[in-house]
Amino acid sequence: MKFVIIVRTGILAALLSVVSAVAAQDTDSIITYSLDEFVVSARRIQMDVIPVQTLSGQLLENLSAHSVADALRYFSGVQLKDYGGIGGLKTVNVRSMGSQHVGVFYDGIEIDNPQNGVVDLGRYSLDNIEGVSLYNGQKSAIFQPAKDYASASSIYMNAKIPAFDGGKNRDLKFTFKTGSFDLINPSVYWEQKLSDKLTSSLSLDYTNSSGKYRFRYKVDNKLDDRGGYDTTAVRRNGDIQLFRVEQALFGKIKGGEWKTRLYLYASERGYPGAVVKEEPGRFKHEDRQKDRNIFLQTSVRKRITDSYSTQLSGKYAYDYLYYESDTLIQKLRNKYMLHDFYISSANLFEILPFWTANISADFQWNKMNSDIVEFIYPQRWSGWVAAATSFDLHRLKIQASLLTSLIHETTREEKKDIRRDWRKVTPTVMASWQPFQDEQLFLRAFYKDIFRMPTFSEMHLAYMGSLSSYLKPEFTKQHNLGIVYSKNITPSLYMQGQVDAYYNEVTDKLLAVPGGVNFRWTMMNVGFVKIKGIDMSLSATNRFGKELTVDAQLNYTWQKAQDYTPIKVESDTITYKGQIAYIPTHSGSAILSAAYRSWNMSYSFIYTGERFTGSANILRNRLQSWYTSDLAVGRSFRWEKTGIKATVEVNNLFNQAYDVVLNYPMPGTNFKFILNIII
Amino acid sequence: MMMQKTFKFLSLFLIVGTVLFVSCRGEDDELAPPVITPLEPVVPENDSTVTEGDPTVDDPTIPGNERIKGFFLLNEANMGSNKASIDYFDQKTGKYCQNIYPYLNPNIAHELGDVGNDIRIYGNKLYAVINVSGYVEVMDVNTAKHVNFLTIPNCRYIVFDKGYAYVSSYNGPVKIEPDAPLGCVVKVDTTNMQEVGRVTVGYQPEEMVIRDNKLYVANSGGYRVPNYDNTVSVIDLDRFEETKKITVGINLHRLELDSDDNIYASSRGDYKSVSSNTYIIGKNDMVSKVMNLPCSEMTAMGDSIYMYSVEWSHITQKNTITYAIVNTKTQTVVSRNFITDGTDKQIVIPYGIAIHPETRDIYVTDARDYVSPGVLYCFNRHGKRKWSVVTEDIPAHIVFTKNRLTSLILD
Repeated sequence: MKFVIIVRTGILAALLSVVSAVAAQDTDSIITYSLDEFVVSARRIQMDVIPVQTLSGQLLENLSAHSVADALRYFSGVQLKDYGGIGGLKTVNVRSMGSQHVGVFYDGIEIDNPQNGVVDLGRYSLDNIEGVSLYNGQKSAIFQPAKDYASASSIYMNAKIPAFDGGKNRDLKFTFKTGSFDLINPSVYWEQKLSDKLTSSLSLDYTNSSGKYRFRYKVDNKLDDRGGYDTTAVRRNGDIQLFRVEQALFGKIKGGEWKTRLYLYASERGYPGAVVKEEPGRFKHEDRQKDRNIFLQTSVRKRITDSYSTQLSGKYAYDYLYYESDTLIQKLRNKYMLHDFYISSANLFEILPFWTANISADFQWNKMNSDIVEFIYPQRWSGWVAAATSFDLHRLKIQASLLTSLIHETTREEKKDIRRDWRKVTPTVMASWQPFQDEQLFLRAFYKDIFRMPTFSEMHLAYMGSLSSYLKPEFTKQHNLGIVYSKNITPSLYMQGQVDAYYNEVTDKLLAVPGGVNFRWTMMNVGFVKIKGIDMSLSATNRFGKELTVDAQLNYTWQKAQDYTPIKVESDTITYKGQIAYIPTHSGSAILSAAYRSWNMSYSFIYTGERFTGSANILRNRLQSWYTSDLAVGRSFRWEKTGIKATVEVNNLFNQAYDVVLNYPMPGTNFKFILNIII
Repeated sequence: MMMQKTFKFLSLFLIVGTVLFVSCRGEDDELAPPVITPLEPVVPENDSTVTEGDPTVDDPTIPGNERIKGFFLLNEANMGSNKASIDYFDQKTGKYCQNIYPYLNPNIAHELGDVGNDIRIYGNKLYAVINVSGYVEVMDVNTAKHVNFLTIPNCRYIVFDKGYAYVSSYNGPVKIEPDAPLGCVVKVDTTNMQEVGRVTVGYQPEEMVIRDNKLYVANSGGYRVPNYDNTVSVIDLDRFEETKKITVGINLHRLELDSDDNIYASSRGDYKSVSSNTYIIGKNDMVSKVMNLPCSEMTAMGDSIYMYSVEWSHITQKNTITYAIVNTKTQTVVSRNFITDGTDKQIVIPYGIAIHPETRDIYVTDARDYVSPGVLYCFNRHGKRKWSVVTEDIPAHIVFTKNRLTSLILD
């Protein structure tokens, strides 16, 4: 049933493009190609050696998406775990390898969270983001820090770089968002040209929301006439208040550029917790969380000679988290503090016109403190050296890289200092071939080995369970084969598509296992997952005359991620070869975006197929499939020199009740009203 | 030109409209009937493994309607999953029915609740203590249909005496240290499920037994790591007051009465240097013996106590699982394994044990990895495996019933 819907939507998107192509063809009797008649699209699918997807520019701006997490839902091969609400945790899992394997880069430098290994993507607003890109494997531009080679997949949030047209030296944008959940969100984005060589951007954001929404749980009784149940309640304690400031400077130097950014984020939010049965109104769920994050990062890039360029980057970050839990189980108050220091040097050598090489060396220091019982106070010193080489033989491109990771860790266990060391060397190979000179058709393949270190939380849990925080890294092996094709079918219709088939393995997967010292859990590297998948993306941009542009984008993923954790006893067959938790076999999305004169509209649709809450794929563990639709309509005005844009969004148009994560209900139909004033 | 424009817009609307229509709603959850697995019917009179002269089985003075007809098994399930469930085993047909509660109570929102902790029968009612949901569910024992409930935050175990139910709860009044409240025992009138009194006991109270008109409750102090509680509170049932605390051992959990009215108490130890242990509290309310025997769960039958223990060894980095039978007359261990055919090696994490009062069949549950379905094993009285069945998540507590369930049509 669901597969049919995907196919239907795909056919419709294709139909749209074909219909408009047919319609467009008769417009011009004499075909003259002038530059401004070619459709310049937001390049959603790049002709890249490595599978990459991007959402940027107008398409991203018009989309009903406010945080990076919202935008990532539209990529194929991605599973978003959303705990609901504006303040709820949102993490992303790429190709089922696990969310800790995803590297997240903000303005070129990685955001680290060694505590949990995941970045809460709901925190990163799209207001000052130019585009979001997802790379499977690693970015194929080899001139990058060593850490850019060190994740199984990478997400790049590209900050807006100030650009001024005409004689302008300032761009000021005021935004006000309001709507459901008692949302009040004023923000300012200010770009200023300070000199010919120096520009600045400042972003301020204040958000306040009660996070209240109605949700519904319903069970139909189709067996007899006793009826089922249908209950609605209000999600409480999901309020959030946050304040964010970002100040960035961008400079040009001879032969290069530099940028620096200061980021401050402070928030307080409630955590509503899982919805379970209890006497209504009897218990208060008042978990609270406070966050303070600050980072300062800098990057300089310079071309030294014709054949040598260098890039130096550095970052310092401090994260503070306070968590308070006042459930009927136990009162907890805990603080967590993370320190992060990072420097990197990347060096690009152009040896021959078709041959470039890069050597990067990165160093990072992480430390975590906490007041939780028997904390291990972990500290990590990490070094990475990446050597990469790239051959560009016109239609054949080959890249290979070798990453050496050296990690030294100390922890405090049983009142003693324990030291541990790791050294791993992991390769990546990628290639793409354009078989026909005149066609933008590329065949591509990549292979990558990489790992992720255990997180500090996993190490602490292991220590509490087994009196030793020793855990091994989790390894991934990726094999990918794909095709990319793009074509200007007519001067006003541009289409691009990519299909990638892949086989991945996750070994030494860290799982919480029962028993252990506290008769609760300990962590062990016992898991083994085999993943087979196909990611498809198709997009079309069509210009109808000078006034109407229509963009259509379609994504579909087929995924089989199976639990191959070795069988030790007969009962292990209950979970063996089962689809692992929260991974749907079928999933997809579609975006239909149109701009007509001063109006713009974006309709987007997401489908997630049925999933299971665990590797035992039984009816009891089945989570229903869900679809949601979002619609955004906006209008731009001009009032003297000021630009004004008003947008109305209706999200979850058909009021679908659904849980992404079991017992964390998502909001039903909700609205947003956005006003932008651009000076 | 106009035709072109109209055609384009029409096709656009058509496509948008169809996509909108197609992308309507997903499916709603549906009520599912219990999964039924046929196993072996239990026919005690014909059970050839039973020896002659066995007092309970061939006792003609036990009327037919007092015979065991089956059992209910409570699956705890992991916190936050809201998947606590009750399974039912029907002796006559040998059918094992998984998750009967939602099917028998389709109008109850959110089914049974989050983390089941105890299940008992008293009179004609079936009681299930649902720990994280914080309430005691009361059902009719003949139909397993809901009749009443009582909210008791962080409730743990339940025992009964003279028409009253006594429920232990971690949530007593808040003392000076707000992060470690003292626990309590709540007295409930079973005719109307109204609370009639509560008494403060030690920290994080667990299992209870009643002896000589006194209620004994094990105080674990589990939230106060590493300063566990080490007492058993004694409550006089007439005055409903705590009269004394007996110092036994740290982190107490289980209490079991043997045939001589001695109380066996299990301690979980501190999981590091202090190992799990078993204590015997004599009739004089003093510890009469320390057995130096680890124990996670035990059940009494005749002159024996069957027990198992799961202890983590950081030397082997594995769980050490042991089984034992204690002779309660001699108070010594007489067997280090009541599973005699090697099936114990298949059990990953034993989580519950029960012995059929008539056939002496031994039931042991395996919680496996806590997040996927567990297994229930049935052994005959000689420790040989009869059958096993997949249950729900974390199968844990069994209560035998003398009333066959009439609300499910099984034969």
